[in-house]
Amino acid sequence: MSEVRNFRAIGQRVIRPDGVDKVTGRANFGADFSLPGMLYGRVLRSPHAHARIVSIDTKRAAKMPGVHAIVTGADFPGVQSEEITGGEGAGNYKDLAVNVMARDKALYHGHAVAAVAAASIAEAEAALAAIKVKYEKLPAVMDVDTAMADDAALIEEDLYTAGLPEKPTKPSNIAMVMELKRGDVEVGFRDADVVVEETYRTPTVHQGYIEPHACLATINQGGQATVWCCTQGHFDVRSSTSKVLAMNVADIRVIPSEIGGGFGGKTTVYIEPVAVLLSKKSGRPVKMTMTREEVFRASGPASATKCVIKIGAKKDGTLTAMTAWLAYEAGAFRGSSLAPGAMCIFAPYKVDHFLIRGFDVLVNKPKVAAYRAPGAPQSMYACESLLDELARKLDLDPIDLRLKNAVEEGSQAAYGPKFNAIGFRECLEAAKRHPNYALPLGPNEGRGVAAGFWFNAGMQSSAEIHINENGTVTVIEGNPDIGGSRASMALMAAEELGVPYDRVRVQIADTESAGYTNVTGGSRVTFATGMAVIHAARDIVGQCKQRAAATWGIDADMVDWQDGHAVPKPGVNADVKPLSLADIAGNAARTGGPLLGRASLNARGAGPGFAVNFADVRVDPDTGKLDVLRYTAIQDVGKAIHPSYVEGQLQGGAAQGIGWALNEEYVYDANGVMENAGFLDYRVPVASDLPMIDTQLVEVPNPSHPYGVRGVGETPIVAPLAVIANAAHSATGVRIRELPLSPPRVLAALEG
Amino acid sequence: MRYAAPTSMKEATGLMAKAKGKAFVLAGGTDLLVRLKGGFVEPDLVVDIKRIPAVTKITKAGGGFRIGAAVPCAELGENAALKKAWPGVVEAANLIGSDQIQGRCTIVGNLCNASPAADSVPAMVAAGAKAAIAGPRGRRTVAVEDVVSGPGKTTLKKGEIVEAISLPKPKPKTGDAYLRFIPRTEMDIAVVSAGVCLTLGAKGVVKSARVALGAVGPTVIVANAAAAAIIGTTLDEAALEKLAAAARAACKPIDDKRGTVEFRIEVAGVLAKRAAKIAYQRAGGK
Repeated sequence: MSEVRNFRAIGQRVIRPDGVDKVTGRANFGADFSLPGMLYGRVLRSPHAHARIVSIDTKRAAKMPGVHAIVTGADFPGVQSEEITGGEGAGNYKDLAVNVMARDKALYHGHAVAAVAAASIAEAEAALAAIKVKYEKLPAVMDVDTAMADDAALIEEDLYTAGLPEKPTKPSNIAMVMELKRGDVEVGFRDADVVVEETYRTPTVHQGYIEPHACLATINQGGQATVWCCTQGHFDVRSSTSKVLAMNVADIRVIPSEIGGGFGGKTTVYIEPVAVLLSKKSGRPVKMTMTREEVFRASGPASATKCVIKIGAKKDGTLTAMTAWLAYEAGAFRGSSLAPGAMCIFAPYKVDHFLIRGFDVLVNKPKVAAYRAPGAPQSMYACESLLDELARKLDLDPIDLRLKNAVEEGSQAAYGPKFNAIGFRECLEAAKRHPNYALPLGPNEGRGVAAGFWFNAGMQSSAEIHINENGTVTVIEGNPDIGGSRASMALMAAEELGVPYDRVRVQIADTESAGYTNVTGGSRVTFATGMAVIHAARDIVGQCKQRAAATWGIDADMVDWQDGHAVPKPGVNADVKPLSLADIAGNAARTGGPLLGRASLNARGAGPGFAVNFADVRVDPDTGKLDVLRYTAIQDVGKAIHPSYVEGQLQGGAAQGIGWALNEEYVYDANGVMENAGFLDYRVPVASDLPMIDTQLVEVPNPSHPYGVRGVGETPIVAPLAVIANAAHSATGVRIRELPLSPPRVLAALEG
Repeated sequence: MRYAAPTSMKEATGLMAKAKGKAFVLAGGTDLLVRLKGGFVEPDLVVDIKRIPAVTKITKAGGGFRIGAAVPCAELGENAALKKAWPGVVEAANLIGSDQIQGRCTIVGNLCNASPAADSVPAMVAAGAKAAIAGPRGRRTVAVEDVVSGPGKTTLKKGEIVEAISLPKPKPKTGDAYLRFIPRTEMDIAVVSAGVCLTLGAKGVVKSARVALGAVGPTVIVANAAAAAIIGTTLDEAALEKLAAAARAACKPIDDKRGTVEFRIEVAGVLAKRAAKIAYQRAGGK
């Protein structure tokens, strides 16, 4: 399906249309919307990590000045169990409703237990302080070892492990067990010359998007709600809000704002249903914004994990067997990113015998949300670290070890399907040839290599194209622009229509103005929504050919579309001038009315994305501090629609992965209270912490896309964790199997 | 909350003395405004001292320097004479927060905020800086290390305001240095820090020294034994090891989200050594 062609617009490094307003501060984000008579909503949150809510007394708070409405769990309808589909993370609407507002139990420190709408933030907060909640404290379960123990305190009293052949006899904190396997690992390990096995751990981390969650909601007397919010998917906000409040989706209109980062964390709801309910109760618009502290304590971080990996190999590096035992924290409700983590872990390698067992485990932490390639960074950190240890043992170059076992077109992926055209080998070979890979290292310096993988998604998208009377183009679609997608959509429309990029405008329309579109996530937008835009543009081209044919009095199939013009096919006896898009649009009234193209689709065949990254680090042996000296990210991107923004994705993913490896972690006290709920002590890298991240785009076209596009946004965060861990091993001579590699941990390891 | 912006120190100390409830002095505001916006403090009175001309300047006095309480740290870095005389104090002031923060924050604010991890304080203590205090009953001068009594606590009496920091004229062949450990490169708070000031006698022998350690106790620790370990030496390896051991012995740190007890003790010795080497070089030692 992929065509070999010379592109005119695709591949140009144009300026994104939303850029100027974003860098000058004029763009409107979630907290920038206001309405007359608006109230401010604030949330009362549990001071305990695990407690029964005995009673909530709001009487005094309700009488306080400025207070218009108070809601607690009792104001929310009961919600039936139903799996959430179409989003980016696993979950259930019943759990989502209880996460939005606690009912009989507070399940993590920061869990919402009540909310107030008042005339000012100060009055709302004064009222929160006046709400009396009686709690009965329960033991806090804070990690998978404690949660999986036989005598563990139960977070959900009637949770029976799913995925077992028979329903267990007693409840536990293990929500689900899954297994993936091929062959017989006993046989594989028997064939091995070397067997290695180790346990790796990763901490709870947050996406760290700069913009906190924010929304404004209003509901009219007829019961129709309008919500302005920052989200990765306004159709998902609509469906989630409708489920949590038992409202008709047709009565909820969601208008997305610009978005200050999401990375998967803005694919669910926390405050939107609360704001709608407070608006309903008060009869006024209600604005809610989370503080940074609330974002850390009560939005969705990524799973902390414990992974035990075992690998068998021949002396030449051929892998004979691999096993993985994966335990992922889900937070207070079932539905971690275990499944994709399990499906990705061995995806890059050909191995006849493997066994993956995974556990989705409840703990008293906020319910995890998607974070960029959800689940893959943790499991692949473990596997790619152990492969590095194996390479050392076999005295093989880590790239050679991977080349020896790399999957290619036709290989059966560990998660099931046969790979179509993929670029893993190309990435490995590019890494080996890269000049950075040959640079000499100084004292206390080390180099690390690792691979990354993500499936990428297709799913549902819609697009409309309107041709204005002067031939300019308006594209209407429904994916909040999180990484420059307006520019990519405009480039694809310009390519198909044969017009310059600057004649195209892209609008991200609300739930009542755009066709249904799945979330901005899964690295699907440029692939799937881009495909909808391409199809809508082709719809326009078809219509233009008909209009030209009618104008010229010939058959439509005698018309070609070249360089933005309708032209008669060679040999057609028509003495006519080519008609531009502007000519046809200007004459549209006489040829059948306005030009409107559209497409809606459920995109299949998202091409998987492979990456190979390597980095050099230097350790200060006296303090344990690691400095990243050089970082090189190489990735198969299919076809880069806008190379600068693709490179930006590789760099951004590397930066986040380096942060995950070096310093980021939720630090909890003995009571399950996060101690570092702010950017001062939750340490994401600052600009001066990182070197310039070198990128190399490998382009192996995805055969399922007209231009060869494959998703690029998520793969970049997968490799860096192991890259840094492997480089740290090289620099220090010590293997540390727990992240982050913070200076106290590294120094303690160096001192043995 | 009442906000006042007096134009004289007398007026300012009068306001602070008469204040009912919680009164705060506002200079750069990089601590106070953050705590206010975060809901950690609810002041009844805020006295902004930036309109008092005398506290907005760095003046030379008797070969030394008087740095007004409202002088932003960035100005310390722009003052060539100060930088030449007390490079360690200036580098400490220019490590606080970020460029933007340094455009507002002050060393007096850093001192009076009374954080055990304040960057400029160990450097000032090592340099022998004094705090000039104005109050309703007149003025007094105390050593910088005597201003802070514990985390968030000072020895200032009601109505008193630190109006300036005085740094003496450095003795010949004197050098100072300040180092801190943070897991990042900026925008962070010291996990451990060390300020060292030393003066050389003949043949590169250390004649006098002061060592101050930050973030390893409730207040800055003046490590006299660490200083004694290098006096009379040419800062050879053995002396440096003794310095490190004495610095470590002086530490009384806690485990927290920023670091462990073991890490802080170990790195305090490392930083004391490294800062001493820089100070020695700055003093003209080889």
